[in-house]
This record gives sequence, structure tokens and C-alpha cells, in this order.
Amino acid sequence: MLNWRKRVAIRDHLAEANLFVRRTIAALVVVLILVGSLVNNLYYLQVDKYQDYQTRADGNRIKVQPVAPNRGLIYDRFGRILAENSPFYSLDIVPEEVDDLEKLLAQIHQLIELDQDTVEDFKKDVAQQRRKFKPVTLKSQLTETETAILSVNQHKLGGVYIEARLKRYYPYKDLTTHAIGYVAKINQRDADNLELEGKSANYEGTFDIGKQGVEKYYEELLHGQVGYQEVEVNNRGRPIRTLSQQPPVPGQDLILNLDIDMQQLAKDALGERRGAVVVLDAKNNGVLALYSNPSYDPNMFVHGISSKNYKALLDNKSRPLINRTTQGRYPPASTIKPHLGLLGLEENLITTKTRIWDPGYYQIKGIEHKYRDWKSWGHGWVDIYRAIEESCDVYYYDLAVRLGMDKISDFMTQFGFGELTGIDIYEETSATMPSREWKYGRFRQPWYAGDTVSIGIGQGYWTTTPLQLATSVSVLANEGMHYEPRLLKATQNETGTLPVPPQDRPPIQVKSENNWQIIKTAMQGVVEKPTGSGHKAYSGVEYHAAGKTGTAQVINIAQDEEYDADKIAEKYRDNAMFVGFAPVDNPQIAVAVVIENVGGGGKNAAPVARTMMDYYFANYQEAKP
Amino acid sequence: MSAEVGRKINIWQKIHIDRPLLAGLLTLSTVGLFIIFSASGQDWDLIIRQLTRLGVSLGVMFFVAQIPPSFYQRWAVPLFIVGCGLLVGVLLFGVIGKGARRWIDIGITRIQPSEIMKLAVPIMLAWFIARKPLPPKISYSVWGLALIVLPTLLIAKQPDLGTSLLIASSGLFVLFLSGLSWRLIGGFVVAMPAVGAALWYFYMHDYQKNRVLTFLNPESDPLGAGYHIIQSKIAIGSGGIWGKGWLQGTQSQLEFLPERHTDFIFSVFSEEFGLVGILGLLSIYIYIVLRGMVISVRAQDAFSRLLAGSITLTFFVYVFVNMGMVSGILPVVGVPLPLVSYGGTSMITLMAGFGILMSISTQRKVFSG
Repeated sequence: MLNWRKRVAIRDHLAEANLFVRRTIAALVVVLILVGSLVNNLYYLQVDKYQDYQTRADGNRIKVQPVAPNRGLIYDRFGRILAENSPFYSLDIVPEEVDDLEKLLAQIHQLIELDQDTVEDFKKDVAQQRRKFKPVTLKSQLTETETAILSVNQHKLGGVYIEARLKRYYPYKDLTTHAIGYVAKINQRDADNLELEGKSANYEGTFDIGKQGVEKYYEELLHGQVGYQEVEVNNRGRPIRTLSQQPPVPGQDLILNLDIDMQQLAKDALGERRGAVVVLDAKNNGVLALYSNPSYDPNMFVHGISSKNYKALLDNKSRPLINRTTQGRYPPASTIKPHLGLLGLEENLITTKTRIWDPGYYQIKGIEHKYRDWKSWGHGWVDIYRAIEESCDVYYYDLAVRLGMDKISDFMTQFGFGELTGIDIYEETSATMPSREWKYGRFRQPWYAGDTVSIGIGQGYWTTTPLQLATSVSVLANEGMHYEPRLLKATQNETGTLPVPPQDRPPIQVKSENNWQIIKTAMQGVVEKPTGSGHKAYSGVEYHAAGKTGTAQVINIAQDEEYDADKIAEKYRDNAMFVGFAPVDNPQIAVAVVIENVGGGGKNAAPVARTMMDYYFANYQEAKP
Repeated sequence: MSAEVGRKINIWQKIHIDRPLLAGLLTLSTVGLFIIFSASGQDWDLIIRQLTRLGVSLGVMFFVAQIPPSFYQRWAVPLFIVGCGLLVGVLLFGVIGKGARRWIDIGITRIQPSEIMKLAVPIMLAWFIARKPLPPKISYSVWGLALIVLPTLLIAKQPDLGTSLLIASSGLFVLFLSGLSWRLIGGFVVAMPAVGAALWYFYMHDYQKNRVLTFLNPESDPLGAGYHIIQSKIAIGSGGIWGKGWLQGTQSQLEFLPERHTDFIFSVFSEEFGLVGILGLLSIYIYIVLRGMVISVRAQDAFSRLLAGSITLTFFVYVFVNMGMVSGILPVVGVPLPLVSYGGTSMITLMAGFGILMSISTQRKVFSG
């Protein structure tokens, strides 16, 4: 029996089902009414008003088209133009308007030069054409003569159009590639990204987008805001005339810290040699020169690089596509001895009085292995000054082992090693500042004392980029002030110029300010003392410079082998390095030079650095020492 | 009855596919492919991508159909709570696209929680209403209403007005089908203008207000927002009774129409196939709606009935809103034409919905005599 005392709601399933059927029928009635109203309206549009709309469709000659904004220009610090927009004429054909394509091509061939590849590419494009009545480019970059000849004969060539387009042009070609980068055609991936960021509408009508360097980093500033125009079109959908327009807002111009003359100087100084030159304005780390050799002509990419040319760039053994200044990972070698010396002073492991006996090699207690000095007969008694001036290895083997890797790692990270410098291009690697954790994560191996020995002379697992080296030297020169290197000096539009403030990072705090002075004096000795490793390159300079040479081993040399440049294949020869700044007491410029596989840093890299400094002090008014 | 026929029915029953419904869906998708091909300027890439998406969606539908309705009933509340949580997440740290926050990044991929809610809301409402005998008491219905308002406001806030209204209607359909008193429905209809005014002042963004204003008078802004509607009406009107023929529509082929292969695909269809084609297309849609209604009426319990009915009616609303907007009797809210428009995550959700219908239609409890 059911318990009637408690009120239990009894479900009448049949009644519920019937209720549902009634409601469904009601819904169906509403559905049919709505469909009726739709059909009624469509009948009105398609039958009652058919004539009206038919006429409007036939006469539909007004289209709204996007107008791409002009891309901002890029200047160097003295207003010389590094990236401009110049008109290019291209020969376009609308295949649907042509009766006999082969005949037309033959006709054009009689007027201008057409090579087989161009014709093949064109036919491929026509076959893959996505949309009817869309022009397909036969030949881009027409010469002036070709443009003239074709224009005169255009009335005879149905379906042929000559289009003028603004394209990016880099007048300094390979000189600016690694800093400025380039723009190229928007590809599917770019389009997807724009869609994701909700910028697609702004890029309607835009063909190119920044792919590398400053062009990519400052894409948003450079691009501007799209405009619209109302145009009258013919029955094929091609615009005949403009009726009204809402003009686009051009992108902002960029003024860079770069000095194109200094850039040229760096290229000339490197000559045929592979390497990188970085020059920073030591007062704020504005990038005066950023040159990676060899380079390539970015204009090739703007017009769509041919697969042949691209393959040549990829296969080139000198690897021109790599931006050595920010992507090259080089062992810093002796260039980081000043930094390590500073840490030794800070930790009170050494003083200016501390001397070490260098017999030409170093041994960890109880281990047979001999770590050699570059001077096989040894430097004798060495203090911190001589250790930097003459680049004594044994002094630093000893110091590094006494410091221990943890302290070295922490301190060097403050100089920016092992981290992105924050320069305003995306092509950058953080290289490697090794540490106990890093080695375990990478190799599942503990950190050995022997690893630390190599770190003492900037070898082993430690790698740096030339830009990191230049930045770290600027930090030394400025006694701990740390600015991120910047290519962009200011932005500019019709309302005026807006300087870009330098971006600083936490400064390095020292226990004794005097320690900076000790290291700087030692670095001054490198170029000014007769025994200094950079002295020869800097003989007779009119300003006080400070620096440090470095000669990086690219391969390990066996215990009893001598390094003999002549006997070793070129790619295994030492990298020459030099870092420096000037003037010593009021630093204005910081330089880093790396030249691959040429041998000693004092002999090969230091002269390049001097060339850059000489130019600076000869040409920059404010900079007279 | 021969054993042969009995077995045939059993196979479809066993894999939980409702054949009449599947036939309708496939016909519709095929029509869609033809129009996309035309609207995109004969772009095979797009066709291949649409086919892939269709394949995935059918897979999802098949999977969803294998799960018995009782499962959805059991998981209604957790699904709803997770969905609402994700909506709050979107508002707090969603990814911005096209001026609105609609996606949330969960590491591997981005998800659009409003898509989940398209199914979670009707499932939740059907579960909630079916707990008590029908028709529901007025006080109980008010609680149901609250369950609808919460996600609706969260989505409207993204802002995604179109989707929020569609989700609200999917919940309201459950209330309607459950036998909500006509008096209350009448009151609701009267209150609508007031709600509309409130939305206008508190929730609508300028661009949404603009859409409504241009909708009321498209010719007022022929260069901007009104341009779309005007071009669309020209396309439809110039199609006439018989249409201009496949691939022959000037409005679409010469690119006067915006969003040709997505939201405005119905304009392309109307231009090329005319009123006759439209009547054919509408017949397919009505056929699917009728089949959905049959499934819901034949369902075995209140939850299944309400859910199936709501999914079916919501599907119709999509069709109506899209056709209404491109032909100028409704504002442009950005709703695709179901199964015909190119792309969209919405297709997967839609097919999942049909998967639930198939589950309800084929997974019947067997009562022993």
C-alpha cells in the first residue's frame, strides 16, 4: 500500500506525453508561420521586386575597396633612408579576358623580354588561380622602358594590365639586412595570426608584412590604418574610377640608432671574413652598428625569392641567413676575464696584491690532467692587472675553481649572459650560461670541477652572442648600469617625433665601487701597456680605450698537441674576439667583435674594434675625448 | 514480416543512427558544398577543408549517439557548472579576437565555452524541469528561468549577443514544451520590449546598437554596415524565380557580397537558384525539423522529450535567423546557415546535438511485456 500521509506527486505519464504533443504542435504552427513570413518576404524580393533588383544587380558598379596605408619609412640616426616604398610596375593578365593565351604571350614576347621560367611560373599561377577574373602577374619589376613599350601597345593587348604597386626597397641592400630585416608577401601563417589577433580587417589590401628584424618587431607601428574607397567598376569587376574615399592612416616612420656609415665601416673591416660587429652607444645602449658578415640582399625576399636563389642562400657554407650578432653562439673565451675578475674581487678571493705562479699549466689537486696556458712556458708571477692585460689562463683557472660554478653563474647572469638582451628584433638566442641545474637538465650529469676550469677562460659549455658581449661590456663601462640594447631611437609621424626612452634592467650592486675601477684600469692596460694583448692594434690612438682580447678554441686540442693554425682545417681555426669601450673615464661607445676561424683576437679582432672607435671619435662632435 | 527486414532495422538501431535524420543532414551538407564551391570562386582547398570538418562532425555525432540519454541526464548539472565556470574564465582571462573575448586557452588548444553551453543549457533545463511532474509550477519555472539568464548574461558580456540569444531560446523552448502556462508566456511576450530596452542601455556595445540601427534603415549607411544588407538583398532579388544558375551569380562572383561563403551564403544560393531553389532548400530544413519533432514525441521520458524538442526548435531558429538576416527582416547577428555555411566550430556542436537526437531515437529501454 502507498503511504498517503506524505504528499507524493504522482506523475501521470500519459497526460504529460499528451501535453508535450500539444506543445509540439503549437511549436510546429509557429515554425510554419515563420517559414511563411520568410517565403513571403523572399517572394516579395524575388518576384514582386525582381525587375528592380535585377536592374540594380546589372547596374551594380559601385564597390567598396580597402586602401592599404603606406608603410612607415625607416631612417638611420642621421636621417638617411634605410627602407623606403618605391613604385614598381608589374604586368598583369586577366586570363578570362583573353581568347588565346599562347598567342598573347607570343605577342608580349615580341615587345619585351620574357624568359622561359617566367612564362612557366605564370602558367602555373593561372592553373592554380582561385578566383575568376582575378589578375595574375606575368612579370613583376618591369623596367621603365618595358613599362613604356607595354603602355603604348596596351590597346592591342586585351586582358593585359600594367599595375603600379608600392614595394619596399632597401637601398643599402645587404648592409642593413640583419638589423632591419625585410617585408615579404603575407602567407597563410601570417594570415592566420592576423585573424587570431583580430587584425585581418586592417590588412585587407595589404600585400606585405614584416618578416624579420625591425620590420617584424615594429610591424604594428609601421603598418598604419587601412582606408576605404568607393569605386566604379566595369562588368568584369575591375575598378574604373574612384568616387569617394576615406583615406588610410599611414604607418609611423622609425628613426633608428643605427649609423649607416658605421655599418659600412664594419662590413669593410670584416671584408671576406665571417663574423659580427656590434657597436653600442654606451650611454644608453642605442645600437650604432649591428653587422653580421656575410649578409644578403633583402630586396630578393620583397619580390618573392626564387627557389634557386633561396636554395643558394640555404646551402651557402658561410650561412648568410644567420644573424651572427644575436644568433651566433660563440664561446666568449678570454673576453669575460674582466667580469670574472670583478667577481673575484667582490668575493674577496683576490685583491690587487694577490699573485699566482703560472708555470704554463694548471692542475686540480689530485688529478693528473694539465690545463694549459696559451703561453706554454707560463707567465710567471701574475696579479689581476697582468692576468687581464696579458690574458693569463692559469690565473683564471685557479680563480674559477675557487669561486665555484654557482657564484659564477649567478653573477654572470646579471651581466645578461644566458638571457635574451631584449633588443628590438625577434631573431635572438639567449645562448648558454651554464650552471649545475642546466647541465643536469641537459645531460643528466653532475657538474665537475673540470667544467669550472674551462669556464674560467670562457670555454666549455659557456656560449654568448656578440650582442651579449657588447652589452656586458657596456655594463662594465657604466659600473653596473644595465640598459637593454635598442635599435629604435624615435618614432615619427605628421604630429612630430617621439623619442624612445632607454629600457633599464636592475643594475649590478657591488660591495666596493673601487672594484669597477680596478677592472677598468686592467682593461685599459690591455690596449695601452706594451705587454697588453691589444696594444699593437691600438698603438697611437688619441683617446683612452679599454678592452679585452679573446681567442676561442673551436675544437679541443689533445694533451700533447700544439695548436698550429697552418695544419688545421680552416673551420677548426680559432675565433678572434675583442670587446672594448672608450673613453675610459666617460664611456660613450662599447664594441664587440667576433671573427670566425682566423686565429688570435688581438691580431684580428682588435683592429676592427679600433676602426669603429676611431670613426666614432672623429665624427661625433659630442664625443671628442 | 520477414526476418530480413527485421535484421536491417536492427543494424541501424544497433549503431544508434536514425536513418531518416542522417539522410536529411547529408543532403543538406552536399548542397552546402556546392554553394561553398561557387561562393568561394571555385576554391577546392576550401571544399577539402569543409569535407574534413564535416567528417569530424559526423564522427562526433556518431560518438554522441552511442551514449544513452540517461547519461546526459546524470551529467547535466556538472556539465552546466563547468560550462558556467569556463564562461567566467573567458571573461577573466580569455583570448581576445575581433574585439571580443570568446576563447579560453587551456594549453593544448583554445576552446569556446559558449559552444559547450549551446548543449549544456538545454540539457540542464530538461533535467531540471523533468525532475517534477509536468506542467511545472510557476515558482519552479522561475528557477528554471534563472538557470537560463545566468549563462545568457555571461555570454552577452563577452560580447556575443547572437549566441547569447540563441542559448536563451534553447532554454526557453524547454520551458515552453514542458507546458508553461499560456498566461505566463503571454506576460513574457508583453515584457519583452522592456527587456529589450534594458539590454539596449546596459549590455549592448556601440557596434551592436549600430547593427540594430542600420538594420532598421540600411540605406542610412550604404558605405558602412548597411552595405552588406543592401548587396545581399540585391543578390536575392535579382535571383528571381529560377535563379541565375550555379556559378553564374554576378553579385557573388564579382565579390559584391560580403562573407559570401560563411554568414551570407544564403544570398549566393538565392541568387543562383532563385525562389524555386529556396523552396527546395527550405523543404530539406523542414523535413529535418519534422523528423526531430517525431523523435521527441516518441521519446520515452520527459527529459528526452524536452531535450529533443529543444534541440530541434533551436536548429530551426538558426535557420530562421540566418535567412531572416540576409534577406533583411532581422538584424545581422553573425549566425551561420547550419550545415551549409563554411566552417565554424558551430558545426561540431550542431552535429553533437543531432547525435543526442539519434541517441534518444534509438536507445530505447525495453520493457518486458
